[in-house]
Order: sequence, then structure tokens, then C-alpha cells
Amino acid sequence: MAVLNEEQTMLRDAAKSWVQEKSPVTAFRKMRDSGVELGYDANAWNEMAEMGWAGVIIPEEYGGSDFGYLSMGLILEETGRTLTASPLLASGLATASALVLGGSDAQKSEWLPKIAGGEVVGALAIDEGAHHAPEKVALKAEKSGSGYKLSGSKSFVLEGMAAGLLVVSARTSGAAGDTDGITLFLVAGDAKGVSRKRLHLADSRGAANITFDGVEVGEDAVLGEVGKGYALLEKTLDRARAGLCAEMLGSALQAFEITLDYLKVRVQFGQVIGSFQALQHRAAKMFTDLELARSAVEAALQAIDADTPDVPELVSLAKAKMGDVFHLVSNEMVQMHGGIGMTDAHDAGFYMKRARAAEAAFGNQGYHRDRYARIQGY
Amino acid sequence: MADFGGSDLDAFRTEARDWIEANFPKSLKGKGGMMMREERSEPTPDMDAWRKAMGEKGWGVPTWPTQYGGGGLTPAHGRIIQQELGRVGAYNPIGGMGVMMFGPTLLEYGTEAQKQQHIPPIVKGELQWCQGFSEPGAGSDLASLQTRAEDKGDHYIVNGQKIWTSGAQWAQWCFCLVRTDTTKKHEGISFVLFPMDVPGVEVRPIPLIAGNSPFCETFLTDVRVEKDQVVGPVNGGWTVAKRLLPHERSGLSGAGGGGGGRSLVKLAKEYVGSDESGRLADTDLRTRVIMNEIDGRAFQLTAMRAMAESKANSGPSAATSIMKNAGTRWMQDRAELTIELMGHQGLGWEGDDFTAEELGAVRSWLGGKATTIYGGSQEVQNNIISKRILGLPDPK
Repeated sequence: MAVLNEEQTMLRDAAKSWVQEKSPVTAFRKMRDSGVELGYDANAWNEMAEMGWAGVIIPEEYGGSDFGYLSMGLILEETGRTLTASPLLASGLATASALVLGGSDAQKSEWLPKIAGGEVVGALAIDEGAHHAPEKVALKAEKSGSGYKLSGSKSFVLEGMAAGLLVVSARTSGAAGDTDGITLFLVAGDAKGVSRKRLHLADSRGAANITFDGVEVGEDAVLGEVGKGYALLEKTLDRARAGLCAEMLGSALQAFEITLDYLKVRVQFGQVIGSFQALQHRAAKMFTDLELARSAVEAALQAIDADTPDVPELVSLAKAKMGDVFHLVSNEMVQMHGGIGMTDAHDAGFYMKRARAAEAAFGNQGYHRDRYARIQGY
Repeated sequence: MADFGGSDLDAFRTEARDWIEANFPKSLKGKGGMMMREERSEPTPDMDAWRKAMGEKGWGVPTWPTQYGGGGLTPAHGRIIQQELGRVGAYNPIGGMGVMMFGPTLLEYGTEAQKQQHIPPIVKGELQWCQGFSEPGAGSDLASLQTRAEDKGDHYIVNGQKIWTSGAQWAQWCFCLVRTDTTKKHEGISFVLFPMDVPGVEVRPIPLIAGNSPFCETFLTDVRVEKDQVVGPVNGGWTVAKRLLPHERSGLSGAGGGGGGRSLVKLAKEYVGSDESGRLADTDLRTRVIMNEIDGRAFQLTAMRAMAESKANSGPSAATSIMKNAGTRWMQDRAELTIELMGHQGLGWEGDDFTAEELGAVRSWLGGKATTIYGGSQEVQNNIISKRILGLPDPK
């Protein structure tokens, strides 16, 4: 664990106790069983927003606390422990980052206070296929009167069902695959021509495919510069990826600890199975890998706070490493629990399903290994 | 404090810089790596002069107490000396097992007389120590060692065989674990010291898969050990040894930094080439190079985090326990990749058909296999993590 300052320690402790009391895994199970359209419990989200968590990276003048990304990571690590489903990542981190980094004063004033207060949920509508590929944008934005008309569709939009504000990547010139010619737009969730379809994914979180059917927006909906949105998008995505890594770290740690507890109580052949060296060494390897992953995740968050030039490579390092480790730990959780781990009544399956969805989100291990090497010129 | 006034670190940096400038022989610039080589050559007059200068100054062991010749400085001062040495391509000539392992242990457990006798020569780099721990039948299960020390009233007579006594062929003294009580396992072991030139000590170097090595077998036949050369209580040597082993492990966990040669990426580009977009041409190898680079970076970030944490909490961080396995796994993997990307050129044993770098890669690959065996094998490290950190029980 990174060395924390006083406010970070308080924030972490507050998150820890709220998650344990108000949002254990049983709450996630209840949400899943209810089949709620949003993919999260709105009451729990309200409580999180009331504690100021949605405004942790938002400047004070726009209603946030400006505590930074490591602080946000601490909260996400805690919520990740119990698989708490909420728009904290998509809205309070990703959408807020896009606005803080690229928004005009008017855009920030209009949206950031509402995001910080939790009244509006923001979401990134970026990908158009099954694999993360932020440059493969086909959704068109054509000049229309004094504004633009958006036509096309976005897939796997995290918190797409709840979104009252969408950050949409659109093509104003060039072809899908070009990094030039991409423009980001702010589109209200209730704009005419926006329609959404809920996606039921294995991890039970809120995701949607969204169609834009000639959606009219004004000039003032452009976020950043026309045709040069890719750089802003990458910066935004790196922040979202780092936040997701923190959540994955929490989930992986909890999965590991639950498994470790089981190894200490499950008796076979007249002794607890945790006394078997074959299992002990696998546990030791998981612990080793978790420590390595933690270092990578914290380094990425700290680099974002310090705004150093190595943010992209550290983020890809973290996402690649964290993805591998969560993958391993979630598989071992099921395997080491044996038959009980295969049952829906046990939580192991939740962690494994969440691992795969989180691995795929914002680029899987293969994507980030490739990106890590490309950034360094090989 | 040594011979300077004030504790201001900036002032100390200037002082260190000036002193190194005045004393470090320019001919030795960048030769630090030679000190780490496994094969020894006779020291040149410049090397002797530099060792003497650092030894007199006490800066080879900056944090050791001044009454035994150490620098008496804080770790922050020590880091400044390290940085200033590195800045001009100088190296610390005071090293070896005496500095890394035995010295810190003796400072903690030794009697005043033992410290007065043994610490100053280590500080001055005047004599080398070797470690007599492992035996043919006591490797990972070190406490099963059989070398006997018989009580002869005013001295002990020691008989047995030690193995992997690295540097025994050059060492003047040995710190050694012997059995003083055959009825108990851990509680029957004592930690003793003897000079290597006493009658009955015979050393045979062991050639390894990588060729010549610093490792030896050491045979002890009726070796006389004085009673004032027992460190810690009689039959209390295991505690002393346990204290010493973390020094060994932290020294072994990645100090090599991946061989210190050219980067894996540079080598890969040279040997397998790149495609038109600049990516390594062999996509399978590229993925494995990336994974190794990522593991190395994560390891380094963990080392930094562990350091920051232990500084803030004034105690070791849990991350420390993983360092040996994570570091050695990364380096072995790196060595395998290096010879693989060199192809047949990466399998040269000797001769002028191969570059020095290629020949070095082969020896490092082979020599590096020892890192997951010595200093507590990978499996022993995993046992330690399982039991001490994770709290998993012993089998019935």
C-alpha cells in the first residue's frame, strides 16, 4: 500500500466501513437477482454520492473535493472488494476526467457539479465492436446548420442504461482506424434520436448498446477540438483504466482472502487443505503477484496525480499486470473451493465473471502489452 | 559523525564529492563491475590504494559505528555517498560476505571483544569471510546439519563437510554453523568462527554448469575452534543464523538488475529485427519480451514501494517477502529470452566465433539458475510466505 496522507487515510477508512456495512457481496447478489435495469442499486449510489465520492477528482469550484486519482483509487479498491456495482468509475472518474481535461468553462459549469453530486450519471460511449479499439470510430458527425448530426452506434457502454450524459467519440473526417478526424461530443442521455438496449453480461453490471439516429447537437457540444479528439480520449481512457485497475485490485485481493480463509477451514484427508504444500505454493504465488500488481496500479495512479509523461506506459503496465493477476486469482478461487465454488450460492463465480468483464473493459491484457511496447518503440 | 561538522545533507554531498574527486583513481572509472565477477585477478596498485582510502574513511560501510572504524552516518548520508560514487563512475571497494552478512550479524550478537577483533578488518576490506552453512545433506533443510563440534574444555574440535562455501578459496576466515548438541535439531546448533589457515581445513573449488565458480567444498578434520569464537549462546546459533539470512536474501533478490548489460529490447531488435511499423519481427518472442519487461518494471516499482513503506512505518513491509522469488524469476526468464533471441549465437561456450556479450549471456543464463536454489530456494521462500505471511498451517 502506498504511503497515504491524512485525508487519503480517512477516505480509505470511510470507504472500507461503508462497503462492509452497506454494500457487502450479498447486496450485489440482491441487485443481480432483482434484475434491475440500471445494473446497480440507486439507493446505494445516492449514499456514495452524498459522501462526496463522485467528486473526488473534480475541482472544488465545480463542487468536488479535488483529492486526486490515488484517492479515487482507494475508494474503488474498497468497492471492488465486495463487487459493489455503481457508476463511480464511469461517471465520477471517466466522464468527469473528460470534462476536467477537455471541457470549456461553460461545459464544466453545466455538468461537473451535477456529476459531483450524483444527480447525473455520465458514461463513455467509445467502442463500436466487441474489442476495445478507440481509434476504430465509424459513428459519423456531420455538419448540420450551426451544429452537428450524429449517426451510428456504440457498443458495451458501461453504465449506458443510467447515463444522463454521454461522452461520444465521433468521426468528423477520415475513416475508421484513423486517429485524426475523431471529435468528442457531449450528448444528453434524453436527446432525440438516442436509443439504448440493455446488454445482459455475465458480470451483471450495467451495460448497453446505444444507437444515435441523426442526433442533433449544437457547436457547444464539442468537447475539446474538432478532429483532434483522440489525444483527449486517450488521456481520459488512461484515467478510466487506472481507476478500473484499482477496482480490480480490490476484487482480486478479496477473492484471494476468501480463498485463503477457505484453505484454513476445509478439511479433507483428516487435515485442513491449506496444510498441503501443493496449495500453499499456489497461494504464495498469488500473494507475490498481487504485491507486484499493487505496485503497478499505485504507480499509475500516482503518475496521473503528478501528471508525469509516463502515464500511458504505466497505465498499460498496470492494466496488463492487474488483468493477468485477477484472471489467475479468480480461477484459483473456483478451483480451490472445489464443488462449492461451482455453485451459484457461493460468491466465487461472481469474482470470476467480474474478472473477465473487467479484463475486457478499456483494453485487455493483449491490448495493453502491445500498447506498452509500442509506446517504447518496439 | 565522522570527520565533518554539521548534519546538513547538501553540505555533506559537497564534502563527499570533493573527497571522492581527490581520492578515487581515474584509472578505475567504470571498473566497478569487475569487482562483482566470479573470477578473481590480482588487484592493481590503484585498486589497493582506493580500497585503503575508503577503508580508512569508513565509507565502505557508512552506517556502521565509528568505534569499529565505520562511517557512523545515517542511511541518508550513505545514499549520498552511493550517488556520488555512481556520478563519477566509482565503486565501493569494500564488500563481500563480511560486509553483506557477517558484519551486521556480529554487530548485533557479538561480544565486545569479537567486534573489536573482527569488524575493523572488514571495514578496511583487509580480509574476506566465507560462509560455512550448507552441507551435502543439509540444503533447504539447513537445520539438519551434521558437522560436529566436540567440547574439549577450553576449545572445540570440529569435524564435518561444508558445501557451497562461496569464496572459501580466497577467504581468510569462516563463519560456520556446527552441531554442539546431537539430541536436539534447531537448539543444538552453534555459530562459530575460525581462520581458514588452521590445520584440518581443506578447500576444493566446484566447477559448475556455467564453468568456474566461487563455490567450494570445505572439509573440516579435527579443526580447533576457540571458545571465545562462538557468536551468541552455545546451542543458540540457529537464532543468529536466521537473523543473518534476510541479509543474504535482500542481497540476492535482484541486485544484478538483469545482468547490467544492454536492454533485452535492444538485443531483440538487433538479433530478430523489426517489421515496417517498428515492432519486433517475431511476434511470439515480442509478447514474451513485453511480459518480461512488464514483470521487471513491476518488480522495480515494488522495490521502491517496499522502501517507501518501511521508511514510513519504520519496519519491514510485507512486500519484502516476495522480492527474492519475484526478482529471481524475472532474471532467469530474462536470461532464457536473451539466449533464445540470439539463436545459435547464444549458445557459444568459448572461442572467437562469438562476441563477449554472447559468451557472457550463456554463462549468465547457466549461472543464474543458482539464484532460485541458494539463499533459501524458491520453494523455501514459498513455504515462508505460506506460513509466516499467509498463516497456512504445517501438514499433520
